[in-house]
Amino acid sequence: MEFLVQATGLKKYFNTTHAVDGVDLQIPAGEIYGLVGSDGAGKTTAMRLLVGALLPDAGEVNVCGYNVLKQTEQARSTIGYLSQRFSMYEDLTVLENIRFFAEVRGLSPTEWLPRSLEILEFVGLDKFKDRRAGQLSGGMKQKLGLASALVTRPRLLLLDEPTTGVDPVTRQDFWQLVIKLVAASPSPSGRGQGEGGVSVIISTPYMDEASRCHRVGFMKNGRIIAEDTPSNLRTLLNGRILELRGSPLDIMRRAAHNDEDVEDVQAFGDRLHIRVRDDTAKQVLRRLKSEIKNAGGRVDELRMVPPALEDVFIALADHEYVGAPHQT
Amino acid sequence: MRSRLFSIIRKEFIQILRDPRTLVLIILMPIMQLFLLGYAATTDVKNISMAVWDQSHSQQSRALLDAFRVANYFSIDYMIGSEEEYRSLIESGKIRAALIIPPDYEIRLLEGKAQVSLVLDGSDATVGGTALSVAKLIGQSYATRILTEQAALTGRPTAFAPPLDVRTQVWYNPDLIAAYFNVPGVIGMILYFITALLTASAVVRERERGTIEQLIVTPIRSWELVVGKILPYAILAFIDTLEILVIGHWWFGVPVRGDIGLIFLLSGLFVISSLGIGLFASTIANTQQEAFITVMVTMLPSIFLSGFFFPIAAMPKFLQYVSAIVPLRYYLVIIRALLLKGVGAAALQNEIIALSIFAVVIMGAAALRFKKRLD
Repeated sequence: MEFLVQATGLKKYFNTTHAVDGVDLQIPAGEIYGLVGSDGAGKTTAMRLLVGALLPDAGEVNVCGYNVLKQTEQARSTIGYLSQRFSMYEDLTVLENIRFFAEVRGLSPTEWLPRSLEILEFVGLDKFKDRRAGQLSGGMKQKLGLASALVTRPRLLLLDEPTTGVDPVTRQDFWQLVIKLVAASPSPSGRGQGEGGVSVIISTPYMDEASRCHRVGFMKNGRIIAEDTPSNLRTLLNGRILELRGSPLDIMRRAAHNDEDVEDVQAFGDRLHIRVRDDTAKQVLRRLKSEIKNAGGRVDELRMVPPALEDVFIALADHEYVGAPHQT
Repeated sequence: MRSRLFSIIRKEFIQILRDPRTLVLIILMPIMQLFLLGYAATTDVKNISMAVWDQSHSQQSRALLDAFRVANYFSIDYMIGSEEEYRSLIESGKIRAALIIPPDYEIRLLEGKAQVSLVLDGSDATVGGTALSVAKLIGQSYATRILTEQAALTGRPTAFAPPLDVRTQVWYNPDLIAAYFNVPGVIGMILYFITALLTASAVVRERERGTIEQLIVTPIRSWELVVGKILPYAILAFIDTLEILVIGHWWFGVPVRGDIGLIFLLSGLFVISSLGIGLFASTIANTQQEAFITVMVTMLPSIFLSGFFFPIAAMPKFLQYVSAIVPLRYYLVIIRALLLKGVGAAALQNEIIALSIFAVVIMGAAALRFKKRLD
């Protein structure tokens, strides 16, 4: 199968920090790929390597068949990149920003205006085209960034934490745009399905967003330590997540922590999510109930629940996770 | 591609026009500097307050005083009758000079050996020096030797240089008007300031505000980015040059004797070298503040070593060598010569060569350091 993005053995060191320490990526056309991981896991550095903004210490990146390091210009003409930090000109208007990036990326004087208006309408900024970028709200700034990345109809869209600090409604909007972009036929990017459509690599700290991706890669210490579809990733913890409701919370928490087979306890509102060792769920269920009662607490509900992506993320981020194969 | 370059230039101009502080700086700073250096920092000596002790009271002594009055350099504020009087006047700072005409002035003038004494307050060397030479010139026309004493602030009179009968003739700027000398200097300083400082901060601003990250991933080539960023400031520098020349010429009466085309051509050469300095500074600095400091660090020594205020020939040997790497030095020679002397390029070939070498070296160094990447 022909991959839109093919990265092998990517490494980037800053002094002694191994920011990216051997990343391989293969992304087919039409896929939304989510890059998740704690702060400092290497997501932003990986994105910058993919787009060629940083020189890797080792490894190679090919996008649409162009080597990012050797055929930089051709490769970049296929990439739209939205950096984590707002990087439009605050003293230019929305339209002036789009125009600038459209022109320097090769749109002709007759092309840029209709295309800019089309893309601004697509992201819902057409009413604000004459507003200075610095006066946009956080969410609108991100939409402007997206519009500017999309204006030249890229095949690959790299979005580095585009929704961080953006309100839930706007996040929802933003995701609808991304999904529309990948799924639509012919897509608003102007390409028909015949050409294979657009791929998106998006990094995000939000698990609800990660679960919307076709595939998710968990990054830790500069490596992708697990990579699969969200549902397959969830099965990694099948039978290992218990949900506990009751009171008081501190007695329940202490009892859970004291159990030798419990790996982790997380509070979700009035509930606790308890992660247990493999094949110990039944014993823990029994033990915990009596422990809490003996300590003077009350158990309303204690049951095994299907793992959420968040549980998987915490398990992966928590300790040296060796259970998951590199790729399934 | 030409259109990419044009887009960068247009974007840069929009940003300049939307930044009122920079705009004010670009338009008003030359005018401010020009008036400051044209008037306040003038070394022209006018209306030096003077006391006269005329012991001669003759037709001839009055004629001598008239000559002093007409020359405008001295203002005769006190007529006194004793040595104590002028001493206390000098000590209290009320006068800077005292002219003492001896009783036998008229008789000795007829013999051709007339002498008068001039007591100068030498605590301001500029005023003292100019007053002395002016007084000598006035005296010469009266066949009068001027004996001078210099009164330091301590009040202890010390002998100035012995009066020599040197005929001084000043070319190009016979009235020694400071503005003639300063206006070309201001052109050099402004060009340096606008191009080096604004270029450095314009490039660094992209990095500081994070917009460089978006620029990097466009197909813009490094040279397009460099040229697109510096060309607008080069254009502004030329507008400033024009502004200073116009004000200098029409307001201060500075002559423009050289070829206008040559003035702009050689100014362009100087602009390239200071753009190079600005670009180089931008590769060192991470914030606009750092860029500002970096440029300032090069600017102040440049001004002092360029011969703007102090003649290079009067500097210690070591500093003279250092000044050889100051591009402003060569440009000041060029622009002063072009404006005041009206010479051609041939007379300036050493300076032109030096400036060209500097421009190539600094631009090359900056281009080598300038990377269109994040790391």
